[in-house]
Amino acid sequence: MNGFALFAHQFRYDQKAFWRNPASVFFTVMFPVVLLLIFATVFGDQTVDVRGGIKTTAYYVPAIITLAVISATMQSLAMSLVIAREDGRLKRGRGTPMPAWVFIAGRVGNSAVVALLMLALLALIGRVLYGVAIPWDQMPQIVVTLLIGAAAFCCLGIALTAAIPSQDAAAPIVNALLLPLYFLSGVFIPDDQLPSGVIHFADIFPIRHFFEAFFDVYDPGSGGASLQWGNLAVVAIWGVAGLLLAIRFFRWTPRGG
Amino acid sequence: MADPVISIRGLRKSYGEFEAVRGIDLEVQAGEVFAFLGPNGAGKTTTVEILEGYRKRSGGEVSVLGEDPQHGDRAWRERIGIVLQSCRLDPYLTVRESLGLYAGYYRAPRPVDEVVELVGLGGKADARARSLSGGQQRRLDVGMALIGDPELLFLDEPTTGFDPSARRQAWETIAGLRDLGKTVFLTTHYMDEAQRLADRVTIISRGKVVASGTPDDLGHRESLPTTISYRLSGEEVSVETTTPVTDLHELTGRAVEQGLELEGLEVTRPNLEDVYLSLTAEGEEE
Repeated sequence: MNGFALFAHQFRYDQKAFWRNPASVFFTVMFPVVLLLIFATVFGDQTVDVRGGIKTTAYYVPAIITLAVISATMQSLAMSLVIAREDGRLKRGRGTPMPAWVFIAGRVGNSAVVALLMLALLALIGRVLYGVAIPWDQMPQIVVTLLIGAAAFCCLGIALTAAIPSQDAAAPIVNALLLPLYFLSGVFIPDDQLPSGVIHFADIFPIRHFFEAFFDVYDPGSGGASLQWGNLAVVAIWGVAGLLLAIRFFRWTPRGG
Repeated sequence: MADPVISIRGLRKSYGEFEAVRGIDLEVQAGEVFAFLGPNGAGKTTTVEILEGYRKRSGGEVSVLGEDPQHGDRAWRERIGIVLQSCRLDPYLTVRESLGLYAGYYRAPRPVDEVVELVGLGGKADARARSLSGGQQRRLDVGMALIGDPELLFLDEPTTGFDPSARRQAWETIAGLRDLGKTVFLTTHYMDEAQRLADRVTIISRGKVVASGTPDDLGHRESLPTTISYRLSGEEVSVETTTPVTDLHELTGRAVEQGLELEGLEVTRPNLEDVYLSLTAEGEEE
């Protein structure tokens, strides 16, 4: 079999396992939807003071899509790889003729597909429930931005597994990293309400830059913004750093014995 | 004789100061079921993981199917099947799917349904792994190792923690592998398992081979003391001897002379469990 056929084979089974796992479906698919509904319901009538004032819902649709992309990639990948590693499945897979990269590629493919699906789902909910227009003519920029972010956060998720010692530690460690950054980066709290010091701090990390890059191409008010190469470069640098760390520190065998 | 499937000479493995394997020699021939027996911590898993290519050795020569496992390539991996000591399979895939997933890893896999039957999971083909019992999951694990139709199969403690009926079913599955002509390298710490399944047994303790042979002549049972026991005027007497015939002759001769009846007279040869315990205990005294 050629490389693509091997990948397609692994991907097919990873998809099955993903959609049958209630925890992965809830946290990756349902949770962002619930967040969007909550934020839109609570703050729906207000405006956010960015670009001369936009509706809160127009702010939260791209914000929650960025969260969903990070959740489908970094979070979901780190969790599922740690679980597979500690169960001994990665080690067992390495005992077969399958090249090692296939086991990672199948899951990365799964993450990318789920991220694109979340874009469609959240954009649709935004349109149907809150009248947030879907920026069709911006779609190439949106998809490119999303895929660059997805690739970078996949690398970071794989790298993060090296810092997670057990299955029980996976969710706390991932959430302890991501949740504060969602708040500080303007994903949960519109950035007109955040002190500038907080924004400067958040600017160190990739979530803020991914959110800015995505918001600018998604928000119709931005008037057909082109790709935000500056923000995307920071995201990509984090991604490459993650990739190098992953190559150096990723392990296939269980830590717990 | 054809080249051995596995050949080990002077194998050593250290973890820092600790020497887990201290000079092991052994050979496994094609088509035999070989049991590598020893207590926990004897170095069984370290050795088998060196043979499987998971660990690097510190010293010695190792050849598995004519190759050094440290440099085993894809073609070599096509020819071996591995069941790890502990591995949880994907809980959300069914028996048939788990086998289908692994079938895709090999160039010429056995048909999935054939393997389902082979490991006795015919009634569970569409059950998800999470709904299987421990013994059934283990048999699925064996099935996943068999799906590539390997020549050599490694089974690392395949029945540890099983209840008696699950063990017996696992044994039947393993015994069936011999009929397929597979070479099986089995590690276990159960004497009865080795006795039941293996053509040849090597016992290790503290990283060294302490005995090797067929289950029947293992450990030179002849040289171990025989026990003669009887009751005399209500008192239990038990004597260990290496010359049972002479001693028994003398004992019964005297009893007849004096008109005594030796109640419950019994002569017991050591069983394999005793051999195993005495051999591995010697290792611990070092």
